[in-house]
Parts: sequence; structure tokens; C-alpha cells
Amino acid sequence: MRLELRGITKRFPGVLANDGIDLDVGEGEIHALLGENGAGKTTLMNVLFGLYHADEGRILLNDEAVTFASPRDAIEAGIGMVHQHFMLVPVFTVTENVMLGHEETGALGILDRSEARRRVDDISQRFGLHVDPDALVENLSVGAQQRVEIVKALYRDADILILDEPTAVLTPQETREMFAVMKSLVEIGKSLIFITHKLKEVLSVADRITVLRRGRVVGTTTPGEASEQKLASMMVGRDVRLQVEKGPASPAAPVLQVEDLTTLDDRGQVAVDGVSFEVRAGEVLGVAGVQGNGQTELVEALTGLRPVDAGSVRVEGRDLTDAAPRRVFLAGVGHVPEDRLRDGLVTEFSVADNLVLDTYYLSPFARGWVRDEGAVRANAEELRTAFDIRTPSVDVSAATLSGGNQQKVIVARELSRPIRLLVAAQPTRGLDVGSIAYIHERIVAARDDGTAVVLVSTELDEVLSVSDRIAVMYRGRIVAMVDPTEVTREEIGLLMAGSTTEAGA
Amino acid sequence: MTDEPEDRVGTEPPPEKGFIPSGEQGIWRSLLIPFLAFVTALTIGAIIIIVSDPDVLDAFGSARFFTEAGRAVADAYRGLFTGSLGSPIRIFDAVRSGDADLLVGAFRPISETVVQATPLIFAGLAVAIGFRAGLFNIGAEGQLNAGAITAAFVGFAIEGLPIAVHLPLAVIAGFVGGAVWGAIPGILKARTGAHEVIVTIMMNFIALRTLDYLLRGAVFQRPDRPDPISKMVEPSAELPGLLGSRLRIHAGIILALLAAYGVWWLLFRTTKGFELRTVGSNPDAARYAGMSVGRTYVVVMALAGGLAGLGGAGQVLGVTKFLTPGFASGIGFEAIALALLGRAHPAGVVGAAFLFGMLRAGSTQMQALTATPVDIIVVIQALIIAFIAAPALVRGLYRIRVKRELGGEIFTKGWSG
Repeated sequence: MRLELRGITKRFPGVLANDGIDLDVGEGEIHALLGENGAGKTTLMNVLFGLYHADEGRILLNDEAVTFASPRDAIEAGIGMVHQHFMLVPVFTVTENVMLGHEETGALGILDRSEARRRVDDISQRFGLHVDPDALVENLSVGAQQRVEIVKALYRDADILILDEPTAVLTPQETREMFAVMKSLVEIGKSLIFITHKLKEVLSVADRITVLRRGRVVGTTTPGEASEQKLASMMVGRDVRLQVEKGPASPAAPVLQVEDLTTLDDRGQVAVDGVSFEVRAGEVLGVAGVQGNGQTELVEALTGLRPVDAGSVRVEGRDLTDAAPRRVFLAGVGHVPEDRLRDGLVTEFSVADNLVLDTYYLSPFARGWVRDEGAVRANAEELRTAFDIRTPSVDVSAATLSGGNQQKVIVARELSRPIRLLVAAQPTRGLDVGSIAYIHERIVAARDDGTAVVLVSTELDEVLSVSDRIAVMYRGRIVAMVDPTEVTREEIGLLMAGSTTEAGA
Repeated sequence: MTDEPEDRVGTEPPPEKGFIPSGEQGIWRSLLIPFLAFVTALTIGAIIIIVSDPDVLDAFGSARFFTEAGRAVADAYRGLFTGSLGSPIRIFDAVRSGDADLLVGAFRPISETVVQATPLIFAGLAVAIGFRAGLFNIGAEGQLNAGAITAAFVGFAIEGLPIAVHLPLAVIAGFVGGAVWGAIPGILKARTGAHEVIVTIMMNFIALRTLDYLLRGAVFQRPDRPDPISKMVEPSAELPGLLGSRLRIHAGIILALLAAYGVWWLLFRTTKGFELRTVGSNPDAARYAGMSVGRTYVVVMALAGGLAGLGGAGQVLGVTKFLTPGFASGIGFEAIALALLGRAHPAGVVGAAFLFGMLRAGSTQMQALTATPVDIIVVIQALIIAFIAAPALVRGLYRIRVKRELGGEIFTKGWSG
């Protein structure tokens, strides 16, 4: 089916989310929609899927104008959407999840599971999706859950499939399998809209690429004509450096020493399983791994936010095993938390207050119990300039800042304290290309000043480009310690997926 | 699914920090929704007055209907306002004549409003400070009673002290009694995760029943009386009247205003207040920043209880001078409403307390002058709260666009703890 969007405009109070967007998706085409966060990709797709109503513009399917009052209309018209956050019921089987909202019924309205099961199996086989119709969704890996979402859309006879950041949660291997599935879908004439901000993926899988910036189409191109550099410039609107510039590390004395560290996750299962490593002053240790392999718990245990079950954590010789977060902070540990909105910021508070969130009680920000507003403001103005935090004023609430600027607030706060160790978890998740480059520069600068850095990231490119050494985590263990200059993406990808090779050192 | 942009960028008013919120949006902006809620509530109240007035209903269909309806509403609201603020003409005449009797009569309505507002300020602060820390303190009622019990006990059990010692002692006893009562739910929440809404409700029942029990016991009950009534507090423990003995307005209002200022200072000018607000807005971030969430819960609940306890102390030492069952009933519950109305800001609480004090003081006069029952006041209060809790309703009604309303957020946040 051919899809045309003509002049789609969608306004929110104070924001023009989509501004006269034109988009053509041909039959059997993978059309990548590229753009930074806030560029309007998701809004546009929500308009297409009937979740929002466009203020202006038309949607044409095979040259016929259509209007969708709800997702139900869009589904009827043959549009399917795989959301970034899956909409599955964990305790249902794959078949039940697929049927949900589209139940096959026999006489007297009784569910016809066997027919549905047969169709799920059929779809799964045809497109190489490899899902077991009888498996419970809660027992499936993230990648498999995503394939269930695709089956769900195909089960409803979708001809146009919207994939919203489908690779964000996948390993490199799973990503490749995903691309194979996408290719097999377009071969039989389905059309795919592939939303992403990963340049490499776009170039390897898309037929055409449309780049959005600030709610507008910047241009449409093809992988043959474009390069990563060109796409990044289109997304950001200016030239950006994609490669982190850094000299060789000069590691000095060990700062962080972790021995046989074991912690449990929230459900009481072992999440970090006897991990030992060391980070020296002036080096970046990257921790690579697929989300959910114990990195989150490792970071929390290092920073005092999660009880340690066994083993020890030492910073500059001081025992910080199971120390309270404040003791860890005072020992010179900076922490850029994984979830900045949950842990790193109080969004209702002003930017200035967020910049002293963990130092508010120290001089010069307080004398005894009394806060010194002047010092808090002066600090904020200084950091705003030093870290290029884009905000109309330091008095506005942190909620009004873009994700990149919110992250700069956290990074500025943590790096402006006298720290010996920086623990940065997913420091660039969801950020735009420009902010990513900036934050990487800052981390490397901190390293060059003699700070030890632990960088936890699920983005392989980030770990490879910023780290001096890489620890690969799989199921709570460090399965390999590798040198980023001597290892390929493929090798790390395999390690992340649990296969052990000789690459370990 | 609501229409929300994926990444909202724009300027919002800075978080309110001054005692009187100011800045580009100004004080008027923050008063707009409460004011419109009040006006809307009065309007709907007017309709109820009309349909509940037999004279007006008799006139239905005839030409007299509108004049009758207008008269009923005007009479009722005139009663409400003259009963709570006094009549300007009488005040003018009284001041010009300088006659003591006239002056007392002219200023009695205002005095009564202040008397009613005083415990509401304390209890409202107790609820507001809880909101700021993300706690839904339903227990102001019980904390107020606990404070009244301890204050009354110190007030009548100790004799022969000078007022300079006895009165502060009794007031402090009120604070301590309430603080202990409030701290219990705080400790239970911090240690076991017990939800403060459930525990504070239970603590209310316990406090009220404890009062009933004590009033039947030898320690509290007045020896010469068969009914549940406590001994009188000693004159040395009484809060002095501010305008002579014939008007009930007493020094408690000064304490209440000082407490409101103190709460504001604590919240917005101290590190402890910063911790409290951080815990209230984002407990995860508070933990990340090295704050003790559990300890904050305990301290906040103790402080909230103490404030409510001061309200109880003010009531028993300044107004009633003795305890009876349910001597201050409902204040703690009205406090929840007015803390919402005041958007959990100390200055807002003071304003809302005076408004509710007016409604309480004026309703008696209204009932005396017209056939309108006192219950209409309860309806109006409930409507105000409904409109405050659903600011979208008011905004839709008056077609105003406000970016974010603190009141509604606070209301929902309280339940998530």
C-alpha cells in the first residue's frame, strides 16, 4: 500500500510539533524517519496511527484521502504500530496477546484459540519471526517480545508497519535478525516506517531516509547519497563531530577497587554475581552489556543505593561497601544516574536548585540550616556558562529543559564537585547528537584531569569510542575485559550475547 | 491518550518561593483559580438557596419568581458577609461614636472570623507541610485533639505558676502532644511502609475516643459534673484576649501567623526544607542525593502533628478553656480542604483559613437572618474543593489557559506514597 502524508501540522500549546510535513512511503519500501528527540517523529506517527488529530493536512492511502478518529480506524485501514514500550500482557501467552482486541470467536462468542494459534504460527514461520504461540510473554526475551508485537500487527493484516525505535532494546545480533525480518516483510510488499536516531542502522537497512528537525522535514535522501556525517548534520542543523577526540590514557593509581561484588535485584534474584575489577585514575572503564544484565544494580551498589550482598567496594583505599549514598558522595564519587528524571533531577525545582541537589547542605550553599540563595544562584550562573546549559534563566523549572540540557545539568553538578571517581550510567540515552558529543568530551576531559571513570552504556558505539578498557557484562558477571582498539563490534556483540571467546584478557 | 507533545519546551513561571508568591505571573495569577472556584461555588450555592426556599418555590411561574429568588440569595449572602466581616456602616458609626458597646457589636463578626480561622491555620499548615513532603496527612483532626488534651492537662493540673511560665508550658505541651501523635504514622511509614492515609485515619479515631475516655476519668472530669466535661484551665494558662474580654479574638492568631511564617521559612529558606520538598517531589532523587527519606517522613509528620497540636492548644487555652467531646470537631478535616485551596503554601493556607473562617462565622448569622440552613456552607465548601481539585473544570468554564496547576498535582501525589 502507498502512503502519502500531505502538509501535516500539529500544534500543542506553545509548541509546533509538526509543521507542514510531507512524507511518501511506497509499497515494499523501508522508509527511515530520522530525527532528534523532540523533532516530531513520534507526534507524526501518532497522527498517522489515529492517536492525535492533525490540525492541518491530509493522509492518503493509495491516493484516497482517509481520516482516523482512533487507532482502531488506522488498524482497519491496514496500519500497524510497534511501540517503543511494548503493549503486552505478561501473563498471557503469545497467542492470547495477539488475539487481544481482535478475538476470533466461534459459535456463542466462544474464543477460537486453535484458529488464532494456527495463524500466529503461520505468520511466525512465514517471516522468520520465531515465536512460540504457546509461550508466556513474561518468559520471552525483549527481542522476542518485540517480534510478538510485529506478529500482532501482521495478524491484523497491516500493510504499513510503523516501528518506533525498534532496535533500542536489542543486541547487535538481534538487531541483525530484526533487519532480516524487515527485509522479508518488504519483499512481499509491506511498507515499513522505521523510526530511529541511529545513523548506522539507517544507512544499512533503509531504502529512503527522511530527516526531521524541529517539526519540519529537512530533506529526503537515500543511503547511497548520504553518509553518517551528512545525516548527523541534517538532524542537528550544523556540523557535528561524531568521533570522540581523545589521546591515549595515562592510568595512575587505582581509585576504585571492586572485589567479588554480589547484589540482588528488586525481586531478590542475584543481579551482580561476584564481580571484581579495578579502575585507575585517568582511565575510562566502559561497561558494555545488553540492558538488564546487572549493570543497573552494579551502579547502584557502587553508589550506595543498593545493599551489597557480598564482596567489597573500595575508593582510594577507603571501604565504601554498603555505605550510605551521602558517604559515597563525600568520598569523592560523582554519579550520573541511569534514569535522569527518576533519580537525577527534581523536575519541579529550578535549574539552580537542581545544580545543588546533592551539595545543598555544604558551604557555600548553606550556613548551618540556612540556605544561601545568592551562592546557589551564582553557582548556577557559573555552571550554565561553563557547561553550555541552554535555559532562559536558572530560575525556570528543570522540567522545561530539553533532555540534553537536563543531562547537562546533572553532568555539570557532578563534575563541578571535587570528585575522584565518576560513575556515569547511560549518560547519553535519548540525547541528540550534539549533546552526546558534548557529554563525551566532558567525560574525556574529566579523565584527562585524573578522574577515574566508570561508563555504563548499552550503546556499543559509545562504549567503544569513549572507553580505555571495556568490561562486558552478561547475566551479572563480567565475561570479558577487552581493549577497545583491538576488538570489533562483532566480537563484543557476541560477548554481550553470552558466548565466550578468546578476546577476554 | 492525551494530546501532549513528546518534548515540551517553553517557559513556565518560576517555582513559587517568596512568602507572597510574586514574579512575572504575580500574586493574581496564583489566586485566579481559587478565586474563580469560590465565585463558581457561590453561584451554585445561590441556585441551591433558591430551590430550597419555600417562598421562592411558591412564586415559581409567576412574575414574582425572579424578585423572590433575588431576595432570597441577597439576604442569605448578606447574612453570610455581615456575619463574618460586619457591616461597614455599623463599623463606621461605632468608630465615630467611640461607644464601647457599639464597637464590640460592630467588630464581633470580624473577631469571630479570626477565632474560627486560628485553629484552621494551624491544622491547614499541618496538612500543607505533609503535602510538601509527599504525605497525605489526614490526621490533623487527631493530632489537634491530642495537642488539646496535653495542653489542657498542663493548663489545669499545674497551679500557682506565673502566666509567663505557665502559658508557654501549656502551649509547648500542645505542640508535643500533637507531635507525638503525628510522629507515630511517620515512624510506621518509614519503618514498615504503612500508608500514612490509613494510619492517620486510625489515629484520628483513637484520639477522639481517648478524649471521650479521659473526660469520664478522675484526672480530667470536672468533679462537680456528671457529664463529660474537663476541668477549667488555670487563668495563668489562658491565651489572652486581644480586644478585651467581650470579644473572643485571642493571642492564638498571632501564634498562628508566626507559625505560618515559620513554616514558609523552613520550607523555602533552609536545607531541611529543601530536603523535605525534594522528598515530596521525588523520593528517588532524594535518596540519590544522600537524603534520608525515612527520617524526613518522621520529622515532617512530627512537625505536622505539632502544628495541629498547637491549633488544639489554641482552641482550649484561648476559646473554650475546657474540653468536651468533639469540642473542635471537623477542623482537622476542613484543614485538608483548605490546604488544597491554599496550594500547600503557608500564605495560601492563611488566606484559605480566613475564607473558611468567614464561612464558619457567617453561616450562623445567615441562618438567623434567613431560612437558609447552615448546611449550605458545607455545600459551598465542598464545591470550592471540587473545583480546586479539578482545576481543568474551572479553566474550561472560564476559558482560561494555565500551564500547570500545583493544587491538582499535590492532590494526586499524596496517594502515590
